[in-house]
Amino acid sequence: MELSLTTRSTGAYTVLEVGGEVDVYTATRLRERLVELIDGGAHRVVVDLGRVDFLDSTGLGVLIGALKRLRTVSGTLALVCDKEPLLKIFRITALDQVFPIHPTLDAAIAADTSDPGA
Amino acid sequence: MAKVRLSFTPAPVHVRTARLVGVAVARRAGVAEELLDEVRLAIGEACARAVALHRQYGLADLVLVEMSDGPAYTVRVIDRAPIEAGVGLAALPPDELANEALTDEALTVGVGFALLAGFVDDLQVRPADDGIGTEVRMAWPISR
Repeated sequence: MELSLTTRSTGAYTVLEVGGEVDVYTATRLRERLVELIDGGAHRVVVDLGRVDFLDSTGLGVLIGALKRLRTVSGTLALVCDKEPLLKIFRITALDQVFPIHPTLDAAIAADTSDPGA
Repeated sequence: MAKVRLSFTPAPVHVRTARLVGVAVARRAGVAEELLDEVRLAIGEACARAVALHRQYGLADLVLVEMSDGPAYTVRVIDRAPIEAGVGLAALPPDELANEALTDEALTVGVGFALLAGFVDDLQVRPADDGIGTEVRMAWPISR
């Protein structure tokens, strides 16, 4: 399935809903969208992976790149994911220790203890 | 023993095709349904790695994927990059992953190898049998 990217705002948070396959071919589009959002002033970013069917190392690299970019502006990046196959990928690469991963968007926002007005 | 061979121009767009073919052949060979996600991911990672190496070295050579069944389902992904580039793979520890100094390329290679090693119990990375290059060999049990 083709990559789909949909952006919306919830309070101080910018939510990027990702669907389809994030791989070595499509990850560039995800990278471009994230850079565009962050450079455009989105500093509280939640990436919702709820409709992602496939995620490879290139996609993971893009998410890490976004995390690094947000750190330079004191921003935050959280992930929403409740699919076991994807969660296993984060566990195997130990990236579950790098990203806050939540089962729902509400949980991701509730867990963010930083100042959303910043 | 049945074999399926696929060769493709080293472009990212073809990695998906290799994944789809690899899973279709695995299913036909009798690999358990619950392993197919891992087969798909591992073939994708091995092919993406080969494509990245060919692009890094400006190689137009085709990437070869060979699938065979019996007694296990075996997939070999063969690149034609200089050997020193291919075998020096290492998984990255978690505290290195968000290291600011790490290049995106090094990061993706490290994460990719962590995925391959994590998902494939029977994994070998070795010099190609014929000429320059590296072979990533992966095998899964057949349950039929």
